[in-house]
Amino acid sequence: MKKAPPHVEHHPPHVGLYVTCLVDIMRPSVAFATIKILEAAGCRVSVPDTQTCCGQPAFNSGDLKSARALASTVFNTFEHFDYVVAPSGSCAAMLKVHLPTLFSDSEDKARATRFADRVFELTAFLVHLTGRAQLENAYVGRVAYHDGCSGKRELGLGEGPRQLLQTIDGLELVEIADADACCGFGGTFSVTYPEISNAMVSKKCNALTDAAPDILTGSELGCLMNIAGKLRRSGSPIACRHIAELLAGDTSMPAIGSAKEDR
Amino acid sequence: MHPETHHFSERSKRAAQDKDLQDALEGLATGFVARRKDAIADCAHFEALRNQGRDIRTRTCADLERHLLSFEAKAEQAGSRIHWAETGDDACAIVEKICRDAEAQSIVKGKSMVSEEIGLNAHLEASGYAVVETDLGEYLLQLRGETPSHIIAPAIHLSEHQARATFLKSHDTLNPKRDLGTPETIVGEARALMRDKFLNADVGITGANFLIAETGSAVVVTNEGNGDLSATLPKVHIIVTSLDKVVPTLGETSILLQLLARSATGQAMTAYTTLFTGPRHSTDLDGPDACHIIIVDNGRSDILASDAAEVLNCIRCGACLNHCPIYTTVGGHSYGWVYPGPIGAALNPALLDLASTRDLPDASTLCGRCEEVCPVKIPLPKLLRQWRAKDYARRQTSRKKLAIMAWAWMAKRPTLYALWASVIARALKSRHGAHHTVPLAKGWTTHRDFPASEGQTFQAQWRRAKKKARPS
Repeated sequence: MKKAPPHVEHHPPHVGLYVTCLVDIMRPSVAFATIKILEAAGCRVSVPDTQTCCGQPAFNSGDLKSARALASTVFNTFEHFDYVVAPSGSCAAMLKVHLPTLFSDSEDKARATRFADRVFELTAFLVHLTGRAQLENAYVGRVAYHDGCSGKRELGLGEGPRQLLQTIDGLELVEIADADACCGFGGTFSVTYPEISNAMVSKKCNALTDAAPDILTGSELGCLMNIAGKLRRSGSPIACRHIAELLAGDTSMPAIGSAKEDR
Repeated sequence: MHPETHHFSERSKRAAQDKDLQDALEGLATGFVARRKDAIADCAHFEALRNQGRDIRTRTCADLERHLLSFEAKAEQAGSRIHWAETGDDACAIVEKICRDAEAQSIVKGKSMVSEEIGLNAHLEASGYAVVETDLGEYLLQLRGETPSHIIAPAIHLSEHQARATFLKSHDTLNPKRDLGTPETIVGEARALMRDKFLNADVGITGANFLIAETGSAVVVTNEGNGDLSATLPKVHIIVTSLDKVVPTLGETSILLQLLARSATGQAMTAYTTLFTGPRHSTDLDGPDACHIIIVDNGRSDILASDAAEVLNCIRCGACLNHCPIYTTVGGHSYGWVYPGPIGAALNPALLDLASTRDLPDASTLCGRCEEVCPVKIPLPKLLRQWRAKDYARRQTSRKKLAIMAWAWMAKRPTLYALWASVIARALKSRHGAHHTVPLAKGWTTHRDFPASEGQTFQAQWRRAKKKARPS
């Protein structure tokens, strides 16, 4: 098995940014923030413009044929980078954990495994690079972190994201009860079982209201859109932002689900 | 129990909005979940135990026939009679015949999910026998004509108030003004009534948590002691269990017991853990004259040979239910059959059929908490995805299938995909920051706003930024 390329100080690692569909369509500022962070960490960042979807919706819906076909597209687009970084736990888990399970042919499987070794979720990558990120970020306020399910349980992100948040000047990290409970998004689940999904996101919002952070952050835009949508519907003042925005120190864009004049 | 798994969609919808049910289920988080957490914190080697547990179950299931035959030989040596039942109906017929031969009038019964699976009570009652459930929760459900909603806490969906009302209504020969104001008085009444049933029963039926091949013993764990009374007071003890319950040795059983109690109720050990090894021996002071062990297959041999075999590693602790955000929202009855929650969603399509159970594997966000807490590390999300893939392959067309196919078709065409993404990004822009309604997303916007997009895709903005940066 070919090992992932070693981290050579003199040659900045070449990172392929896996933008993810949701960030591309809904919140490009997350991708800009990610690039800023990666460049501050000494990486050379490229964004292949032929990238599309990692195949997660197909994989989770049981359409393995499409998932395999999309996997091949991903390999062809991203294989030549030292690293592939995604600002999403579930997309990174699709590329890193699930793609190798899609293939039975040993050559394809080996290719998928080789690729998987280079894939990182953004915060995991920053932890992997340990201390290289030179970021100017400050945020004075209370921030809670929502553990996305894929990041927490499929990638094992652990305390990494919280430790990164704690490096931000002025930031006070607060915990919400049952922080790693699913928020009820679950991709198509949120529209297939809207009542169950609503009950789940309501529990999440109640826990948030109790903890009363200024900002809820996380590594998963889908979860954040779900929670932000519910918070907004119930008139909550809690803002939702992707962790990349906080780490990059760029909160110029209104929070998720908010209009400019809101804050 | 007659499967009603195809009603999941409408039942779960109703359950998610049922305030009483939500209040009752809330008790799982403060009860089982919190106690399990404490019990595991007190057990430094729990993770090692889980690995051992998984290995024991996997190894045993891979060589099940040998272990079952060893169990049969040892159990018969100890004086038990072993009966093999291929189907649920076969098992019910065997139990009925034993009861007839014993000239039984009344039967007491400990909690057994396999007996629910094969519809044993209904069968015996139709044959004219009076069967009394002796687990407090099961007894309540029997009085109410309901089925269990949890595999270890069958009446978890009921409140104390409902339990009181049921007793006042059903025990109508007692003083209607008696005090049932506390859980203790309710339990006291059940205990007093139950005592007579135990003493007068001709046959006692229990399940088994494990069958130990090394010793020929059946293990029954309870916290109420009702299993022991059902097993030892009547002259005939019938154990109804399934073939996946066998464990090779006593030592391995001890590992599984440590995992079971901690995962189920957060106890280091249940109040009663009994090994039944044959009927009353000549030197025993008491015990039944006969012990029959009915080992039910009911489709498990086929599961064992399939890619869902890992689902048979389950030791029925219920931890995946207690930690599942779906189960704790919709409750067990929404699932429509004996086994609810993540384990039910993975097991029921195999025990029943995929066509009538297809909603169950779908009713999950694949959040992975079930696998995280499973004492024997069953990869439940993987099994749920497997069922989804089988269902996807089985179905000709559905709205969801068409949507996924269209999405995948486009995702394979980057230029077209970029164009589509731009159109969506523009359509979802809003100066209000969010949308109150979005076409085709009523399920979402009924309950929450839909955050607006920034208006232009990242790729489009990036392309422009790079063009600008390039010196001209």
